[in-house]
Amino acid sequence: MKKIDARGLSCPQPVIITNKVIQEGEFPVEVLVDTVASRENVRRMAENAGLKVSIKESGEEFVITITNID
Amino acid sequence: MSEKITRFFASRWGIVISGAVIGILASLLQRLGNPPNMGVCVACFERDIAGALGLHRISIVQYIRPEIIGFVLGSTIAALLFREFRARAGSAPLVRFMLGVFAMIGALTFLGCPWRALLRLAGGDLNGITALIGLTAGIGVGVQFLKSGYNLGRSYKTYNSAGWIIPLSMIGLLLLLMFRPQFLPGGPIFFSDKGPGSLHAAIPVSLIVGLIIGFIAQRTRFCTMGSLRDIILMRDTHLVSGVAAFLVAAFISNMLLGQVRFGFVLQPVAHSNHVWNFLGMTLAGLAFVLAGGCPGRQLFLAGEGDTDAGVFVIGMIVGAGISHNFNLAGRSDAMVQGVLNVGGPSLYGMIAVLVGITVCLVVGFTMRERY
Repeated sequence: MKKIDARGLSCPQPVIITNKVIQEGEFPVEVLVDTVASRENVRRMAENAGLKVSIKESGEEFVITITNID
Repeated sequence: MSEKITRFFASRWGIVISGAVIGILASLLQRLGNPPNMGVCVACFERDIAGALGLHRISIVQYIRPEIIGFVLGSTIAALLFREFRARAGSAPLVRFMLGVFAMIGALTFLGCPWRALLRLAGGDLNGITALIGLTAGIGVGVQFLKSGYNLGRSYKTYNSAGWIIPLSMIGLLLLLMFRPQFLPGGPIFFSDKGPGSLHAAIPVSLIVGLIIGFIAQRTRFCTMGSLRDIILMRDTHLVSGVAAFLVAAFISNMLLGQVRFGFVLQPVAHSNHVWNFLGMTLAGLAFVLAGGCPGRQLFLAGEGDTDAGVFVIGMIVGAGISHNFNLAGRSDAMVQGVLNVGGPSLYGMIAVLVGITVCLVVGFTMRERY
């Protein structure tokens, strides 16, 4: 599993980094973010790319797990 | 329930409806007293606040604009209600301050932020097109930096009280507006008695509209710069659908209210010096990308506890002072004895824009990390 720590990075950084990792094609990808804006942006980008997204809230942070549907 | 509302605001319909509401409110504010094609303009209104505080002494643009106060506090209220208020700090504040200064110098060369570029267009001022092309050019350059690893570094969670500095400062401004103390005979606080600074809707109206816009913009992350950036960067049309709705709604509302006059020259609080409308907004667009948001978005972020965005806002207010004190800002078109006098920046203003673009390029080239 690829892990990305995007906490404290302002948008669009979390999206850019996540997108780069997704392009490499290794799933699942786990992204750690700490704002709702980042969570929604990463979610939208992954869903638009046809990927499956699940989100877990832990304290003030969110763990976004992105998996390939196939 | 709260999660449902969050999902709605994050949806396509959420951003489109929000953009349309903001556009209509902006158009109505012009009817209710705000300057023409300036229902809401973050750069202009921060410039007016700088003037009211005496950071510049241009007597026609001095007023504490309740809309700005409302934007910040509306965002704070939304962030608190939805438990998104997070005090954070530490992502290159001095760089952000400098970007704020140059963003304002660029915006005041054109005479407006991206919101006003759209509102000017919605009022028939075709210079808005030149400005939007310049804005897109600046954003396009900034996106290349983003793609090659440009990044101002992480912010970190900080003390809650730090996140309240900007919202509480806004309450301070509101008190200054309400009580209008005179610190010296003649001011500060300064309020224009003629010119754009003297044109304003009633304080409660401006404040309430500001609060509504602040609230929905915090929920939707409405951002004009972000809308163009996301298209160029990843073909994502989410934000731009809100911005397009803003433009269309403001235009329709302006048509209904008889606030549209098509043309380039002699538009209200505007000049038709195309080169500098373009370059001013190129500078602003580049600075916004490097700082991560348009002036409106920076206010909303500051409202939800982002102190780095707060530093950018203060940079813009100081930038307005610098812009007017050093005669950098664009002059409006004027008719002198029947002859059109095309406005635009002074030679100093032109130099400042070029210096600003250079500084932004240096920031973009030198502040990159590899992932």
